[in-house]
Amino acid sequence: MNFGFSEEQDLLRSTARKFLENECPSVKVRALMDGPEAMDPALWAKLAEQGWLGLISPEEYGGMGLGFVDLVVLMEEMGRAVVPGPYFSTVLLGGLAILEAGAAAQKKEWLPKIAEGEKRATLGWMEPSAMLGPQGVTLGAAQSGGRFTLSGTKLFVHDAHTADAIVVAARTSSGKTAEDGITLFLLPKGTPGLQVTLLPTMDQTRKLCDVTLTNVTVGAEAVMGEVGGGWQPLSRVLDRATVALCAEMCGGAQKVLEMTVEYAKIRQTFGRPIGSYQGVKHKAADMLVDVENSKSITYYAAWAMDEGVPEGPLAVSMAKAYVSDAYRRVAAAGIQLHGGIGFTWEHDLHLYFKRAKGSELTFGDATHHRERVAQLVNL
Amino acid sequence: MDLALTPEQMSFRNEVRSWLKVNLPKDWVETVRAGSDIPRSDAYDFLSRWQRKLYDAGFMGLTWPKEYGGRGLTFMEELILHQEMALVKAPPILNILAIGMAGPTIIAYGTEEQKRRYPAKMLSCEEIWCQGYSEPNAGSDLAALQTRAVKDGDCWVVNGQKVWTSVAQLADWMMLLARTDPDAPRHKGITYFLLDMKLPGITIKPLKQITGDPEFNEVYLDNVRVHESQILGGLNNGWAVGMTTLMYERLALGFGLQVRLRIALDGLIELARRTRRNGSPATKDATIRQKLAQLWIDTEVFKYTGARAITKLLKGELPGPEASTGKMMWVEGHQRLQELAMEIQGPYSQLTRGSKWAIESGLWQYSFLRSLANSIEGGTTEIMKNIIGERVLGLPKG
Repeated sequence: MNFGFSEEQDLLRSTARKFLENECPSVKVRALMDGPEAMDPALWAKLAEQGWLGLISPEEYGGMGLGFVDLVVLMEEMGRAVVPGPYFSTVLLGGLAILEAGAAAQKKEWLPKIAEGEKRATLGWMEPSAMLGPQGVTLGAAQSGGRFTLSGTKLFVHDAHTADAIVVAARTSSGKTAEDGITLFLLPKGTPGLQVTLLPTMDQTRKLCDVTLTNVTVGAEAVMGEVGGGWQPLSRVLDRATVALCAEMCGGAQKVLEMTVEYAKIRQTFGRPIGSYQGVKHKAADMLVDVENSKSITYYAAWAMDEGVPEGPLAVSMAKAYVSDAYRRVAAAGIQLHGGIGFTWEHDLHLYFKRAKGSELTFGDATHHRERVAQLVNL
Repeated sequence: MDLALTPEQMSFRNEVRSWLKVNLPKDWVETVRAGSDIPRSDAYDFLSRWQRKLYDAGFMGLTWPKEYGGRGLTFMEELILHQEMALVKAPPILNILAIGMAGPTIIAYGTEEQKRRYPAKMLSCEEIWCQGYSEPNAGSDLAALQTRAVKDGDCWVVNGQKVWTSVAQLADWMMLLARTDPDAPRHKGITYFLLDMKLPGITIKPLKQITGDPEFNEVYLDNVRVHESQILGGLNNGWAVGMTTLMYERLALGFGLQVRLRIALDGLIELARRTRRNGSPATKDATIRQKLAQLWIDTEVFKYTGARAITKLLKGELPGPEASTGKMMWVEGHQRLQELAMEIQGPYSQLTRGSKWAIESGLWQYSFLRSLANSIEGGTTEIMKNIIGERVLGLPKG
């Protein structure tokens, strides 16, 4: 048994940390989050240069062909730097959906361009009902003479406003079960009837959109995989994206812990560093437990994705349930232990706190995933 | 990253598995559901025989050197053994203080004679050990201990009192910390003795706990003459030796703790399935499901945090921050689990052994009360958090 990282993975971590410290320091994060796009073409090109836009894409599509354990290392560093922009949506949502569900021609057309940094993609799956399961997919796609007409709204779509393509989950039929009858469509930017509206969000580093489709008519070339068989690949994408999100959350939580410990060593009250008081020290110890445990279960989930073990979905839900609560607790404790300064806009803690809150509620919160765990272990 | 076992480890697992299939005491499995904690005094004889059986089969002291009665294997085999025992809800190890603490410390600090004399008999359960650290005025602040040992010829004469001493009434030996130089700074004047519990001058008084069970004891030491050859690790070096013991305690018991949590959780889930709540099994109640699922998650998290620590040990590295959290995780998880057992039983949780209405003969009521001690024994949660804050995070001492 070896539940640790390889030398190559350690190297990836130190490379990514140094890269992001140089290329995406907090001043850059703040400049990007203030703009509507949160996207810097120069930074994007550099991410492509590192090969990270194609990290999990197979080599035949210009990717590095690495696995989720490798990806977790990079995502931790991304979360540590609260990197804004469409990396997550392009690699883990749009890109991964094309990889998992796309037809050969779609993969060939999009994946190399994504890896090269030329194109970006995202995924619209959730609707205003905010339901997480297949029954939440109600956006209708009426079939007539080999063409499909889609109408409805996808909500909370990551970075749709800067994406060159949006993968949309639609209902082509109502089958025996909710899983049955969902179809994925690949809609390039500018498709007539496709309207994207940027939404103001608490976490400004992560942009969310309303994607409304009004009689969007497409042919068979837009269909990804089998008509009606979209739920299985979609749930695989969502599980994998959830693991990557957990890794990002681990990296953010680790950074908050470090900031807080450093501050507790130097900040004096009553003539002593606050870290010498048990009221502070014990809270910091609780933060460490949360951070280390979050990593353990996230690494396990990433391993489960790479190995394709049957308990994969269980591992994902265990990780998301644990990390959702842990990052929220850690980020809040970080602000509390910093006192007033931690509550200022100027201090970076709020970037982490808001990212923690947004991430907690993305792909299902802890309550949702605990119930899924209960189901998967046959309670 | 590879969580799979090697062929050698697989074959070891199969060896354990098939042995357990034949040798697991059937009657124990029926009564173990709530038995996640240190066993009750009425199980001592049974557990002594069980450990002997494991020893005869070669499953005790897996990581200890062969010349001292062990098998010279790695922590991986130790982990496999514990996991297999958990899967079948095997009874716990009675002589755990010897195997988790005294043995590794003697192997680390003992003279060749001491190493040949003591460890093997710990494994076979021929000699049971207790821990003589805490005193009425020295618990979390262990260096405040006042038990004195004064040199007289080739012996040391010990006077003082130890308290919260588990299994003292069964023990053949005690890991004794006593002050041998009262003028030295408090950490420097302490010596670690291997104390024969049959020596004259030792009085053991059972302490009845809130469970009603006399598991702990007070031990009075009244002019007890200990030969100087019974010093472990050198005169006035007891603090360093004793801290090593605690490190082993936290490391070695860590394997067992995760397994005990798993066994207790399986028992709790069975209880929830059988218990009706508003006309349906408690497992169908939305709130109970949330709590059970969280415990399931926490138990798995505990396992993988342990796996990270073991990976470092196997590579010959020192465990990182993840290794220091095990005791706290066990305590927090186990106490929450026992609270949930009471919640699931509802009004029936008030009934104990002796009532025909008591659920599972009142075993859960014992475990519930016993779990209150988890956050006190073996390092209080407050002390564990100090250790994490200071030694792992590098925060200043108070």
